[in-house]
Amino acid sequence: MKKDIILAGVGGQGILSIAATIGYAAVELGLYLKQAEVHGMSQRGGDVQSHLRLSSNEIASDLIPRGKADMIISVEPMESLRYLPYLGKEGWLITNTKPFINIPNYPDQEKVMQEIESQPRYVALDAEALADEAGSKKSANMVILGAASPFLDMDFEKLENAIRFIFGKKGEELVDINLKALRSGRKFAQENK
Amino acid sequence: MGDEAIAQAGIDAGMSGIYAYPGTPSTEITEYVRVSKEAKEKGVVASWCANEKTAAEAALGMSYAGKRTMTCMKHVGLNVAADVFLNASITGANGGILFVVADDPSMHSSQNEQDSRYYGKFAMIPVLEPSNQQEAYDMVHLGFELSEKYKIPVMLRITTRLAHSRSGVARKQSRKQNQFKLPENLRQFVLLPAIARKQYQGLLNNQPLFQKESEESEYNTYTPGEDKTLGIVACGLAYNYLMENYPDRKVPHPVVKICQYPLPHKHIDKLYEECEKILVLEEGYPIVEEMIKGFMDHGKPVTGRLDGAIPRAGELNPNIVGKALGFPQEKLAEIPSLVASRPPSLCKGCSHIDSFLGLNEALESYGQGRVFSDIGCYTLSALPPYESINTCVDMGASITMAKGAADAGMKPSVAVIGDSTFTHSGITGLLDAVNEKTNITVFILDNSTTGMTGGQPSSAYGKIEDICRGIGVEEEHIRVLKPLRKHHEENTRIMKEELEYDGVSVIIPRRECIQTLNKRMRQKFKEKEKAKAANKNA
Repeated sequence: MKKDIILAGVGGQGILSIAATIGYAAVELGLYLKQAEVHGMSQRGGDVQSHLRLSSNEIASDLIPRGKADMIISVEPMESLRYLPYLGKEGWLITNTKPFINIPNYPDQEKVMQEIESQPRYVALDAEALADEAGSKKSANMVILGAASPFLDMDFEKLENAIRFIFGKKGEELVDINLKALRSGRKFAQENK
Repeated sequence: MGDEAIAQAGIDAGMSGIYAYPGTPSTEITEYVRVSKEAKEKGVVASWCANEKTAAEAALGMSYAGKRTMTCMKHVGLNVAADVFLNASITGANGGILFVVADDPSMHSSQNEQDSRYYGKFAMIPVLEPSNQQEAYDMVHLGFELSEKYKIPVMLRITTRLAHSRSGVARKQSRKQNQFKLPENLRQFVLLPAIARKQYQGLLNNQPLFQKESEESEYNTYTPGEDKTLGIVACGLAYNYLMENYPDRKVPHPVVKICQYPLPHKHIDKLYEECEKILVLEEGYPIVEEMIKGFMDHGKPVTGRLDGAIPRAGELNPNIVGKALGFPQEKLAEIPSLVASRPPSLCKGCSHIDSFLGLNEALESYGQGRVFSDIGCYTLSALPPYESINTCVDMGASITMAKGAADAGMKPSVAVIGDSTFTHSGITGLLDAVNEKTNITVFILDNSTTGMTGGQPSSAYGKIEDICRGIGVEEEHIRVLKPLRKHHEENTRIMKEELEYDGVSVIIPRRECIQTLNKRMRQKFKEKEKAKAANKNA
């Protein structure tokens, strides 16, 4: 098993929680794991990305080679396009459609969607709306993870357990919201892939 | 994270103290020790210091007292600590001392991409450069052992990628801390010329022994290969990018992996003898490539960053290394042209926003180009929509450059510096200006934290006015403001007044960083909830 995943978004959108959840599940499954993060300056509302690599064999590089990623998981539509050079020929693009607009020259949203829809394999969903239904807009990142889950080759239960572990410290209510968010994202992907 | 592996290794290796000033990508090392329960139980001192120099000196003092210690900094932080760093190689160590230096190739969060291995060579001390998180952990142990064996400081050099990348690490058995023990020779640390000469000779005499350690190190390896048209030298992280290009992890060429310096002569001699051409893969500057190639470049072809086989600047990655190895490059998808860049920006509600809106208005009548800035979140005000500042050079350079420009006739000459940067390196510059009554206006933006690196305590907290008074800034020209939209007009008026004053004035816009404020509020809320729950249960 090998999964190379680019996580993308804007500083503060919670891509590191996605990484932590997949990472916890991967460690439970006894997989090798490497995860390169961006800290410091870019966290202040700039574009952020993380390279997450899982494998049943030992992993060499912390960075995913361009053209080799199995998946781009993005919490922001324009950011999902920034990392296309990394995506492999058979790779999936999983993205939120709800833009995060904090720059004056944000491109036309329709054109962004056209680019996403021109990809051979993609799942695009309004994660914020589904997260809101689940109980908190803040769980949009878990909706996106849910949408990516069918392509992870990982027992869904393991992801649920990871959420229970990671959010457990913050209370039962938050666990439930995030689990609901995760499931709704998964459902969307299974129906729309 | 690589940073966390280093911190945990320090705790496990019997470190008694860690001293640092926050700087990306080194910050998480000290932060980890500060929150570690284990470190607290063991009484490990973990200090955020005023700057990298004071931190390194405190570490050297702990080494003098016989205990193991670490000082951590980003690459440019070593410039600040260079004085103690280079002289510590002459005094040598007593308890083990590690200089952990995190370089930032590609300048993810820095103003240059200098390579600390040059400093290591300059100081003539062993340098360790781990290629992964496990080696980072193990090399802390090795570093302390080398340091105590040869009574010499050791440098552990990492780069951003390793510092901020996560992977599992197996821990070693934990070792007790050293007992307090003075140096055997009480003159070891007295660098008077007569003693320093002796000490320096000792350092020179140790060079062949450091060389031998490198040649015998398990981290420097020679792996044979059939295809001798090319020999590969891969240093630190570059080794991973090399292996990434061979999915079965079998490289057809002979490979020398280097993670410990000085360069192991034996391995490189062998490679050079048997191969037609040498490719050097290294993260940072081409220091190893230069050494192998030699100034006159008479020998076999040596290729790497110097001849363009690898780009001269920037971080390595598997694709760059693959190209240098001659692998065909697949055509990649392009980034759609509509994707706009998204630079970092000041947070919503940040006090700096109000400070800069005020400053921009106060300076309007004078025109642009008069603001010397420093290093911190407020440097982001160089970008639209503020475009308030004109320089960012090194820690503390705002006040001193403003002074030089004022001496050259610029009026008004404005410096903008954060509270933590002010106590890091701003105070001495302000003293220069006070002593000569230079006409400058200094803004000390006080958000009561070291913001850019994630909100570490600021050494300046609660002391700024006293420091200014103490070094002679006139009381009536120390002006404290509250940077809020509703005070905009009044604040701008005060700024204008001080810009007109012919002498040193200090304006202190003071409001807590919005990030630390939010963190504090969340903490408070949590505690309240906890108390509520406890009451219910009772």
